[in-house]
Amino acid sequence: MLKPFLLLSALAVCASMFAAAQATLRVEPSNLKGPRPLQDQTRAAAIRDYLKSWQSFRAAFDQNRPELLDADFVGTARDKLAETIQQQAAAGIHTKYEDRAHDLQIAFYSPEGSSIELTDKVDYDVQVLDHDKVTTTRQVSARYIVVLTPAEVRWRVRVFQAVPE
Amino acid sequence: MRSRLPFLIGGLTLATMQIALAQSPSISAPKSIQAGDAFTVQTTGSGKAALFIIGPGQVLKRDVQLGEAASFAAGSLYNAGRYLVVLTMESSTESDFLDVLPASKPAELSFLAKPSRLPVGLHEGITGAVYVFDAYRNLIVVPMPVSFELSPPSGTAQKRTVETHDGAAWTGMDSTAQQGADRFLARVGDVSSTRVVAQVPGDPCGLKMSARQLGQQLELATDPVRDCNGNAVPDGTIVTFTENYRGGQSTVDVPLKRGIAAVEMPVHSGATISVASGVVMGNQIGWEK
Repeated sequence: MLKPFLLLSALAVCASMFAAAQATLRVEPSNLKGPRPLQDQTRAAAIRDYLKSWQSFRAAFDQNRPELLDADFVGTARDKLAETIQQQAAAGIHTKYEDRAHDLQIAFYSPEGSSIELTDKVDYDVQVLDHDKVTTTRQVSARYIVVLTPAEVRWRVRVFQAVPE
Repeated sequence: MRSRLPFLIGGLTLATMQIALAQSPSISAPKSIQAGDAFTVQTTGSGKAALFIIGPGQVLKRDVQLGEAASFAAGSLYNAGRYLVVLTMESSTESDFLDVLPASKPAELSFLAKPSRLPVGLHEGITGAVYVFDAYRNLIVVPMPVSFELSPPSGTAQKRTVETHDGAAWTGMDSTAQQGADRFLARVGDVSSTRVVAQVPGDPCGLKMSARQLGQQLELATDPVRDCNGNAVPDGTIVTFTENYRGGQSTVDVPLKRGIAAVEMPVHSGATISVASGVVMGNQIGWEK
């Protein structure tokens, strides 16, 4: 009984450290489709690193600096996000993403342990700025599918894709 | 006359509102499209504006004439995700949402098979996991059947069909009884990906040696060493001969050569000689001069 509580408490601390100050975090019980059990430590590390990736994502899109993605994104996710940053820079805009709530669930842990897929029902605000003038601010709710793969000392986001709920 | 006045005023107000509404800029975007599809964003009003499609996956900008439709050609918007459609005028902004869904046709599989080398005859010893992507590297999240097939060099293939869930599927396969390179294939629609899994002989099975005396030496040799499925254990595998005799013990490690391990050890009357390979014990011989 104590173990899940401790895990959630630890994750809440991670959330407060890495996600937006106001972002709330809910972790649903895992609904694993794979055969490999997911240890609490691995689960906590994957979630911590995913939430950290939102920090990089926010900073990179706000400052139009794709290199800020490098620590937390890799492969397709990194390439697509970096290309988007270049497109918004070319269009003369930048965007502020502010995640307000994450509702996470681990969906798949591949048998050989080389990828974790999670879903995130995330609420965030997106603010579009034309140079420094706010053009619009909207609240967005989306369900993200995220695939993380292990790097040297952390999990990195390889797929980062919103899908209809 | 007095009773008609409120109707007149009301009518005028309604007409004015209708004109104002007709002139106020607005946008109407499709609720969703498939990745890479052509689409149109309808605008109302008059004058010029800038139209943005903004999301983490892509940003598009288009100068538009209000009152006209802005058409985006096929292949313009291809990264799946939720987008904000923003129309900016000098003094106001309109916005809407647009979902871009992954294309339904798979184009690429990310297929990881593990391990690349394993002993024969292991139940669910081989695993394969796939993620299914469209031509734009979007993860296809609608369920799709994935066919897995493990084919040994000869004999019957193992086949499994598994449906993807959120773009991922996996299976476990038994390593077969025969050594050799197996082809492990994953297929979704017309797209397939193949990995080679090397199956090597398992531990020796029924390890047996024989002995004969040559002068003061005892010549020890195993029968051809095979695993429990009859596959020849590879040369180089170490076989250990141990001779226990009164007052001492001799141990010799010998690599297999041409499937056999052979060694000469000194003859000791009353000695007991045993043979082993790894954790597998063979027979034991008692020797009297």
